[in-house]
Amino acid sequence: MRKRVYFFTVRAGLRLPAFRDKRSLAPALLPGPLCSLSSGYFLLPMDFTTFLIQVLNGVQYGFMLFLVASGLTLIFGIMGIINLAHGAFYMIGAYLVYWLMGITDNLFVSITAAIAIMLVIGLAIERFAISFLYHRDHLHQVLLTYGLILIFNEMQKILWGSDFYSVRVPEILSGSVRLTETLVYPHYRLFISFMCMLVAAGMYFVIGRTKLGMIIRAGASNREMTRALGINIGWNFALVFSLGAALAGFAGMIGAPVSSVYPGMGNQILIISFVVIVIGGIGSVKGAFVGAMLIGLADTFGQVLFPEFAAMIVYLLMAFVLMWRPQGLFGKPA
Amino acid sequence: MSNMSDNSRRRFIKGAGALAGLTAVSSFVPVRFAIGATAPVKIGILLPYSGTYAMLGNSITDAMKLRIAQAGDKLGGRAVEYIAIDSEMSVPKAPTNTNKLIKKNNVDFIVGPVHSGIAAAMAKIIGKRKTPIMIVPNAGSNAVTGPLCAPNIFRTSFSNWQPAYPGGELMAKEGHKTAVTISWKYGAGIQMMAAGKEAFEKGGGKVVREILIPFPKVNFQAHLAEIASLKPDAVFSFFSGGGAAKFLKDYAAAGLKDKITLYGPGFLTEGVAKAAGAAAEGIKTTLHYADTLDNAANKAFRAAYKKATGKAANVFAVQGYDTGSLLIQALDAVKGDAGATADLIKAMEVAVIDSPRGSWKMSKAHNPIQDIYVRQVENGEQKLLGVAAKQLEDPAKGCKMV
Amino acid sequence: MTHSKPLVFLLLLGVFGLAAFPFAGSEFYTELAVRLMILGIFAMSLDLLIGYTGLVSFGHAAFFGLAGYVLAIITPESAPVSIWFALLACLAASALAALAIGWICVRTSGVYFIMITLAFAQMLYYFFNENTALGSSDGIFIYHKPTVNIGSFQLLDLDNAHTFYYFTLASLVLVYLLLSTFLKAPFGRVIRGIKANEARTMALGFNTRRYKLVSFIISGTLAGFAGFLEATFSGFVSPAHLGWHESGLILMTVILGGIGTLYGPVLGAFAMGLMEDSFQDMTDHWLLLMGVFVIAVVLFLPNGIAGLGARGAKLLSGVFRPSGGGTNPPAAKNKIPGEEP
Repeated sequence: MRKRVYFFTVRAGLRLPAFRDKRSLAPALLPGPLCSLSSGYFLLPMDFTTFLIQVLNGVQYGFMLFLVASGLTLIFGIMGIINLAHGAFYMIGAYLVYWLMGITDNLFVSITAAIAIMLVIGLAIERFAISFLYHRDHLHQVLLTYGLILIFNEMQKILWGSDFYSVRVPEILSGSVRLTETLVYPHYRLFISFMCMLVAAGMYFVIGRTKLGMIIRAGASNREMTRALGINIGWNFALVFSLGAALAGFAGMIGAPVSSVYPGMGNQILIISFVVIVIGGIGSVKGAFVGAMLIGLADTFGQVLFPEFAAMIVYLLMAFVLMWRPQGLFGKPA
Repeated sequence: MSNMSDNSRRRFIKGAGALAGLTAVSSFVPVRFAIGATAPVKIGILLPYSGTYAMLGNSITDAMKLRIAQAGDKLGGRAVEYIAIDSEMSVPKAPTNTNKLIKKNNVDFIVGPVHSGIAAAMAKIIGKRKTPIMIVPNAGSNAVTGPLCAPNIFRTSFSNWQPAYPGGELMAKEGHKTAVTISWKYGAGIQMMAAGKEAFEKGGGKVVREILIPFPKVNFQAHLAEIASLKPDAVFSFFSGGGAAKFLKDYAAAGLKDKITLYGPGFLTEGVAKAAGAAAEGIKTTLHYADTLDNAANKAFRAAYKKATGKAANVFAVQGYDTGSLLIQALDAVKGDAGATADLIKAMEVAVIDSPRGSWKMSKAHNPIQDIYVRQVENGEQKLLGVAAKQLEDPAKGCKMV
Repeated sequence: MTHSKPLVFLLLLGVFGLAAFPFAGSEFYTELAVRLMILGIFAMSLDLLIGYTGLVSFGHAAFFGLAGYVLAIITPESAPVSIWFALLACLAASALAALAIGWICVRTSGVYFIMITLAFAQMLYYFFNENTALGSSDGIFIYHKPTVNIGSFQLLDLDNAHTFYYFTLASLVLVYLLLSTFLKAPFGRVIRGIKANEARTMALGFNTRRYKLVSFIISGTLAGFAGFLEATFSGFVSPAHLGWHESGLILMTVILGGIGTLYGPVLGAFAMGLMEDSFQDMTDHWLLLMGVFVIAVVLFLPNGIAGLGARGAKLLSGVFRPSGGGTNPPAAKNKIPGEEP
């Protein structure tokens, strides 16, 4: 808990040189996490409702990022593999749902089936490619997963063509909540956030209470030692890899109705997911969660408050975090 | 690895044997054909077949091939060979790919690209040379028929200014006083928003916020909330391909569609009917084409395209189709002698294209002089409402040929 | 950086092959070779970081693209600039950028180093991407190649394709020799010490952070040199030249070619370029073949393509020393781990 308080005070300290402005007294009045983000609060005519709506948008984006990033951080934390193909898994998930929707016409059935397929794909890749490389240099794994990206992208083109598709929002979730006189918020987006929370809670439970979780925690804190204790054998790794792949795929599936399904959708999410897990500390699921929320909020508010620097903001944030804590927020010092 | 000997393009055409430089697969048919006849006309294609704009590349290619197939797969009496390269939307790769088509494949024409950054890189290389002739079937970068214009560079599509300017006019004409512009931050987006704003403010309106999103990001939520809090009368927007579908859906899902009227150059609703569905219904845009244009060429084209590809035609297909028409007219004029560049260029300059979009011809800067239509989406179709600008010509600022 | 005799022989063979190529190859392939040699220089500069210092940079294209932009900025539309001035400006800019970025980055290691270099490269990317005065995302043209004059005497005409080819080839050889000299010097031993065991090197009294920074600056400057050549050659630079796609591609090139060999990354650049060229001719789905090729290299050539070279050298060493006895050829240093003789 003490660490957490320390984190926020230092962030406020970091913020000052960047947004030094006499008018931004707001940070002093707002609780920790909102400080840095609301520093532009009085600079622009943004009323409190809009501010809250943007927080909602940021948190929802953060949830989506967490889904993708948690798989990535799991795979790295336990297996030590930098999986560049993670974005491709996200894309495959989305295309699978599109394809299955054409057959079943039911989003929930499609997602369930698609998760099963993703698990099999993940398992197959681990068994037939990645498992040969555990004793090799990390760079070989990077190269291998890069090769996988090329193959997956091309397979997508062969199987589904280059059109973009949309996936229908299920009838039951097609309504919306009125936020302001002009703006409504779709139920489906709330549903996504809810599902992400479920996954986060599920992971919290698994990591805190189960044997697999114990291995994951051990792996994140000291991978070599964990391996030396004989944990690395076969099926644990296979299980983790296919779970990670399924998580990325699930993000693509559940996001498909709002994001549409299009070629190259995985590339965009890949880099930002890496940013998330690096900020949070690689291997730490808690870190991935905090990192995802930070990026989600920073990106959302950055776009509105500092449009000229919008694209740079997430990278600035990452650079600042790494300058301050080279191992990320929740990473163990090397 | 094919390691072919250096040969000039002219010699290449005359000596069918020189075809040996091609890979076995692609050269097999032409070599056989070349016996006792002339070698095929070579058309290099540099378009995106992957990524956000893949649909555009495919529509253009399919329609161009369809048009040439309708003419018996012959150009000026000679067979045709297509050499297509996926541009991957990569600007750094553009010089290599262009050089490959020119120097390795010795093409007579280069058709491409979609992306304006690649167009600039290509125009830089090709404009300095006499051959080949470049035909831009989409990229609207004002510069291509502006400062970078050259005798051997033609465009069959539009300049970014063309469909955007009447869009701004329309917005003002329909009584809107304030507007927000939103687009991607790259050449096409910036230029179209500027043209729309110019026209809108000339008509008495006021642009209250200009939002530019890094290309090709599709996370619009924050900006939609911003628009909702600004409450303008209208929104003027350019997105294309997958991004357009996503924007329309998000705009509708945020409840803005019925409150703040959405306008834009027609790319916003072009080819996205299936993906955007109800979210696109009723939106008015301006473009050089509408699905329901009542002319014989359009009806025949739409039927033929549907039959050939199974898909409904869109403006990109029209542009590809017209590229085919232009090639046919030009090579007929020189009786297939693709080496007679000066005559070819002359033929292309005077060509009148009987297009599905209505007949048009080239301006002095080699950009179409064309009608811009007001269209509205109805049942997934771009329905014609009227003409926004008759025979509109791009100002071609900075072009030395004007 | 010990060179076995067979290896030197193979390398010389390669250089002679490249020197003779413009007489045999077509215009297209000559140009392709220029581009691949430039990529080779770029890849070698990265190999100094990855293969010798143990720092994996995912933002190396920043220096490559930055130098190109500097050339574009200092070249007026009306007249060419002198190469001496242009080189100085481009190299100084990339060296300064490397100093500033490296100063922060060398504090981290491992994956964090990968990501912080990416962060800075992306910031530079967006700086150019958002800068309308520099053409924003469409990029900017360089209207003239720099002049190579001494006084008023024209030494080289870079507009001449062959001249530029040999200029690039000479640069490639020079950069190779320069880097191998660095690596043979005490500096090289220290940075390799850092790669092998940083704590121990530090315990020996070396300020490892400073050594890493120097390595980063040299590497960044040479990447800038490659960027200068590329911008001169294509007359065009765009933000995408600095993007993570380029950084990733060059990283893959180095790994594919074989890290820690210098010549390996050059082989990697040629392999990637030539594979792409021939696969494109074969099928529309050439990226699929690229993917299979990359995976095949990972699975079957643990030391990258340079591993093949090492094997070749090993075979050749039999030719040089038919008896096989006596001193052990240094080629054994490149022995593939896990490979049974």
